[in-house]
Amino acid sequence: MPRLEARPQPSRLMFYATPLIAILFTLAAGGVLFALLKKPPLEALALIFIRPLTSVRGLAELTVKAAPLILIAIGLAAGFRAGVWNIGAEGQYTVGALAGGSLALAVYPVTGWWLLPLMSLAGIIGGAAWAAIPALLRSRFNANEILVSLMLNYVAVFLLGSLVHGPLRDPDGLNFPESRLFQTALPLIVPGTRAHVGFVVALIAALVAWVLMEWHLLGFQIKVLGQAPGAARFAGFSEPRLVWLCFLVSGGCAGLAGLFEATGPVGQLVPALPAGYGFTGIIVAFLGRLHPAGIVLAGLLMALTYIGGETAQISMSLPSAATAVFQGMFLFFLLASDLLVNYRVRWRSHTQPAPAGHTVPDMALPRSTSAQPSAQPGE
Amino acid sequence: MGPMFTRLGRLAMAVLIATLVAASLAGPPALGQSKAKVSFVYVGPIGDHGWSYQHHQGLLALQKEFGDRIETSFVENVPEGPDAERVIDQLAASGSNIIFTTSFGFMNPTVKVAARYPNVKFEHATGFKQAPNLATYNARFYEGRHVIGLIAGKMTKTNLVGYIGSFPIPEVVMGINSAYLAAKSVNPNVKFRVVWVSSWFDPGKETDAAKALVDQGADILMQHTDSPAPVKYAEDKGIFAFGQSSDMAQFGPNAQLTAIVDDWRPYYIRRVGALLDGTWKSGDVWDGIKQGTVALSPWSKKIPPDVVAMAGKARDAIAAGTLHPFTGPINKQDGTAWLKARETASDKDLLSMNFYVEGMEGALPK
Repeated sequence: MPRLEARPQPSRLMFYATPLIAILFTLAAGGVLFALLKKPPLEALALIFIRPLTSVRGLAELTVKAAPLILIAIGLAAGFRAGVWNIGAEGQYTVGALAGGSLALAVYPVTGWWLLPLMSLAGIIGGAAWAAIPALLRSRFNANEILVSLMLNYVAVFLLGSLVHGPLRDPDGLNFPESRLFQTALPLIVPGTRAHVGFVVALIAALVAWVLMEWHLLGFQIKVLGQAPGAARFAGFSEPRLVWLCFLVSGGCAGLAGLFEATGPVGQLVPALPAGYGFTGIIVAFLGRLHPAGIVLAGLLMALTYIGGETAQISMSLPSAATAVFQGMFLFFLLASDLLVNYRVRWRSHTQPAPAGHTVPDMALPRSTSAQPSAQPGE
Repeated sequence: MGPMFTRLGRLAMAVLIATLVAASLAGPPALGQSKAKVSFVYVGPIGDHGWSYQHHQGLLALQKEFGDRIETSFVENVPEGPDAERVIDQLAASGSNIIFTTSFGFMNPTVKVAARYPNVKFEHATGFKQAPNLATYNARFYEGRHVIGLIAGKMTKTNLVGYIGSFPIPEVVMGINSAYLAAKSVNPNVKFRVVWVSSWFDPGKETDAAKALVDQGADILMQHTDSPAPVKYAEDKGIFAFGQSSDMAQFGPNAQLTAIVDDWRPYYIRRVGALLDGTWKSGDVWDGIKQGTVALSPWSKKIPPDVVAMAGKARDAIAAGTLHPFTGPINKQDGTAWLKARETASDKDLLSMNFYVEGMEGALPK
């Protein structure tokens, strides 16, 4: 029977190389998949990965799709490093959009230069407020924050649905469940395309996160809490304070992303506004190794697979399910290679037991230790 | 990656040359165009056997009708959220001449893209915003609902009809009212119970809703959602149901009494034909049983002959224009008057309907 054994010293090089390895495996397996569907594999891969990068329009769309993913993942990564598992970004995104959007609708049709900053602020506060619920439940009552933050996603989506069916519904919209179009819109960064300032804000957020994590005491505290909660307590770092901070920051980022999505590409509140960004953001955070630069690249890559998947649908009638399978394979290969970086496979049945206290890699992955056993994923 | 580029480049060059040659051989027609690229955006998968499936039948009919004169493409499973505009824009940017966006939630994205591409024609299903290059079209599904309401009223034994709704928008609300009024006209004791699933296509939720309704005693199911799951559930439970959008008999050979079939083929052929002739104009089309856009699939053998005769008569009367499903006197649920005796509802009233008629139980979600 093969068994897994923790590697005493996982390779740092491999840790960063696994996304590339996963990409190569995905390209190969994807090629086989497309060949089985009787589509020319090389052309299909070129359509997905290269065609969108060959036009200004494609690049602009890439930033539009990547902006919310990056912004959300940057916020989540801080918490994930500290072992604080906020799975509720989708709900925080939704409430952020609701808060900022309601503000615009409340003052409609009044508008001015001040409106967008105020809406953004409302979006951040809305998202942070929604994240404060699991923060309170975890820090005060030791509740499992994975569960409560996850469940609050559904509450938020239904809240949006009921509000656009009721008080926020467009009075001139023949009762369709949508708000009015907002009287203001996000500024565009490339005229003639849909690329908006949200992407610039996401990049700035990544830069700020990088500085904080690498150069500020806060980043150090977060990392220590994630990797050695006992040491963090011993050093006098307040765990509840860090839990609160991680939730408020990630909730605020998600809320701002939601507000940008509502004010930018969509232009109104619609029931389908939560399009899964909060969940994809989790994938982006881990794909980017919880590092700001990695997250920016990962966000762009995930966006590329969506846009490329559509290109392949349009140009070669590739079914949408095939592109979803393709994305799934990518994540599968990434997780599989992650596992093999941290563990090695032993084929003999009578090996020595794994060393008791194996070294955790220097970054918080989901299996890292945490102060609350109940707060670990997979339990 | 080099060889791939060359290969793509060569391919692109070949396509370009082929198009140029084809164009020069065909010569410029008087008004229209010799070739057109026709694109569709679907909210569900083409295999939903409901709404999107029927629109895709329209695309297939176009290929058959126009052959080499058109090139078609489609994107399926497009959510009605932030992604919709990008998909429509991408279709417009990749050379489409006409784009059909086939779900209500695509309205504002379609309006925005249409403004950016004035030379591309757009057609949006079930919306209400038009532009010189953006037409809207819809079907009078409530006419079909009247017919199935009559059948349900006659055939329910528990006097409870279960109704699976998607969103409480006018199109769905008018369907419920139409079916209920028809059922009550032949069975004063009939009740309708509605469960909302907040989705157009979610087989799991649709099955849950069907189960909840059957557990409460419903022995006939109606749906305004796109998957065949409720019909399948009715089959398993040995009760009756009505197919939605397309003939779902294969999922419930015993359960399905008939189905309201959306037949978009004639409309699409007409509109693409107009584009090729150069006579395409924007507008708003709301066709029904008369034009064949709304049809009823073959009656089940389980319907007694007298009910078949009654349903057929109602269908023919609607087609002939002698019967309007909303003919007064009709009161609203709260008892206030809506239509006076012999008065029929205006299209404007129907398209903004946000109330149940008198006798319906429950409240519309607000």
